[in-house]
Amino acid sequence: MSEVKLSFPHPPARPDQAPDFSNIEIPPVGSLPVPSMDIEGHDCWPYAVGMIRVLDDDNTAHGPWADYLGEVSADTLRQGLRDMLKMRALDRRMLNAQRQGKTSFYLQCTGEEAIGCGFQRQLEQGDMNFPTYRQQSLLVAADYPLEALMGQLYSNDLDPLKGRQLPIMHSARDYGYFSVSGNLGTQYVQAVGWAMACALRGNGKIATGWIGDGATASNDFHSALLSASTYQPPVVLNVVNNQWAISTNTAVARGKGDTYAARALGYGVPALRVDGNDYLAVLAVSRWAIDRTRSGHGPIVIEWFTYRAAAHSTSDDPSAYRAKGEAEAWPLGDPITRLKAHLIARGDWSEERHVQAEAELLDEVVQVQKTVESHGTFVKPKPTAPADIFNGVYAEMPPHLRRQRQEMGH
Amino acid sequence: MARMTMIEALRSAMDVSLERDPSVIVFGEDVGYFGGVFRCTAGLQKKYGEERVFDTPINESAIVGLAVGMAAQGMKPCVEIQFADYMFPAYDQITQEAARLRHRSNEQFTCPMVVRMPTGGGIFGGQTHSQSPEALFTHVAGLKVVIPATPYDAKGLLIAAIEDPDPVIFLEPKRLYNGPFYGDHSGKSVPWSAHPAGEVPEGHYTVPLGKAAVVRAGSDVTVLTYGTMVYVTEAAVKETGRCVVVHEATRTSGFGAELIAEVQEACFWHLRAPIQRITGWDAPYPHAQEWDYFPSTARISRALNTVMED
Ligand SMILES: Cc1ncc(C[n+]2csc(CCOP(=O)(O)OP(=O)(O)O)c2C)c(N)n1
Repeated sequence: MSEVKLSFPHPPARPDQAPDFSNIEIPPVGSLPVPSMDIEGHDCWPYAVGMIRVLDDDNTAHGPWADYLGEVSADTLRQGLRDMLKMRALDRRMLNAQRQGKTSFYLQCTGEEAIGCGFQRQLEQGDMNFPTYRQQSLLVAADYPLEALMGQLYSNDLDPLKGRQLPIMHSARDYGYFSVSGNLGTQYVQAVGWAMACALRGNGKIATGWIGDGATASNDFHSALLSASTYQPPVVLNVVNNQWAISTNTAVARGKGDTYAARALGYGVPALRVDGNDYLAVLAVSRWAIDRTRSGHGPIVIEWFTYRAAAHSTSDDPSAYRAKGEAEAWPLGDPITRLKAHLIARGDWSEERHVQAEAELLDEVVQVQKTVESHGTFVKPKPTAPADIFNGVYAEMPPHLRRQRQEMGH
Repeated sequence: MARMTMIEALRSAMDVSLERDPSVIVFGEDVGYFGGVFRCTAGLQKKYGEERVFDTPINESAIVGLAVGMAAQGMKPCVEIQFADYMFPAYDQITQEAARLRHRSNEQFTCPMVVRMPTGGGIFGGQTHSQSPEALFTHVAGLKVVIPATPYDAKGLLIAAIEDPDPVIFLEPKRLYNGPFYGDHSGKSVPWSAHPAGEVPEGHYTVPLGKAAVVRAGSDVTVLTYGTMVYVTEAAVKETGRCVVVHEATRTSGFGAELIAEVQEACFWHLRAPIQRITGWDAPYPHAQEWDYFPSTARISRALNTVMED
């Protein structure tokens, strides 16, 4: 028999073991300068395998990316903190609502709040995100009305999508949030198409694609990178590497590759890897990448390095496949705790103000939740409009659908 | 005999097959260590090792493409697509490659593999966890398509599918995984342990592919159906030469059209009324309006009355 053996990648730790992140290398803050905007893919290797960081372990911000940001106002950072706190309060309340049977499904973005919240605040009106189901933080930081957001989750008459979509699969064109599909990967390449149309129409807008580490395995991830490389459209392609794809560790999708950012370099697309739990790094790199893309330097890939602290969804129990306490052991910490500590260190925040802000935001969420629940929940459903399923299948309802609607009794 | 849910029956089918035949191999997204999001493969990796039961990256065309290569080499892959709604990236591999390999190579290469996937609605899964794409496979020459309705059939059919020399698409009605479903989503659900078809032999047996089961004999009306709709239909039928076809999938070009064509070719002169068809509506599967979309007992009864009156 031959000695040839297959490889089956494993996570660093399983449920019966202690969390182990010793394989993760965290370069010091300031190890990577801000590159010139016309940097080419082949010069990006250090950025693709390194990690851009701004907030140090002592909660101070420094290094070239901090210099690039310049003086960041206390208001900007407090806004960021409030966005993230609101996001977390919303996630917790909606998880509870699902547990109480008030909605069918929910999915949190705990630990990943900095990425969407920081990124969204750098976009302009008219830019379009192509999010996954875990990018609700983009909506929150776009100041999307909570009533519409929760209406979608409750599938009641406040739902802008009329109960057609699974909770969390939002669509909000005016807020730069493309209709979310459940099929992984498909929308990454659509973002490239949208960006090509922006360039062809000369409207100055950009598109941004979002994908999880697991879904980088999909064909469409590669289709997107190839198309972006070929046509050089104004698109920022984000990879949210949160270490897990349901029960499957990121090692399975990564294979022998170095990082997801490094994958882009083979296509000649510049790529950076960033500490996604560092709100200031998110601000700096998003601003740089979005500016670069908007000013015609072509596509860019950003790998946001983070950790999925919560379960995959309400249908999942992570204790069956990953080490207990992994989220707490994550070496890059929690994005809210870190930004809060930074603001306090700057003298622009305090424990008291934090507690007060948390309470205010929770109250805002709870108030809206009450209103939204008065329009019906899964426990107390209000009659939906069943015949609506026939609307919007086509621009004009064809005769066979009319007949079926009548058959339904409407 | 043991009492099994459909999930346990499917797991037992894979277990028996892995045990009997070293060329059987099981893989897919989350199926290895964790045992699948519906737990159909739970414990199998522990028992047979990760060379025989393993996790794949999220790439359905890779899952099926790898299975085609392995099957051609002489193995018997039984792979899982997490939801039938996610098989589309693999559609090329299934319909253009697996289905045709035997014929186009004049039998130099064959493709004995099974592609398992949960199908159908009834779990508030919205449009990407509820579809019934069987007609997209039955339309393709070279494929066999299986949809079981009981744990007993699920196990026997899956073993038969794994042992079959050709590619089999194995669609598992997820609404039946834990118990039969009689169409009343707000009522108490019955577990398989309380249903005679939950009696499943522990060892090896097969249920032949391509044969219909008579769920209830009678002489007034014939109801043709499969999957979840077997129970919903059974509940609606009070009495049985008149024919009604029921399926959950959308109507236009659905498999029901094929069944109706078959029936009228064989029985045209015996039919006393036009054949009625009860199906999902020709709209994307909705989330909130699921129970208005899903073919109800009321709709089936109405159709039965119509054929009886005509
Ligand atoms: C094409 C396709 N295959 C499988 C699934 C089922 N599925 C839903 S989420 C998920 C894991 C995705 O992981 P990742 O891309 O890392 O994103 P994360 O959930 O960690 O944010 C899988 C396999 C799907 N939605 N679409």
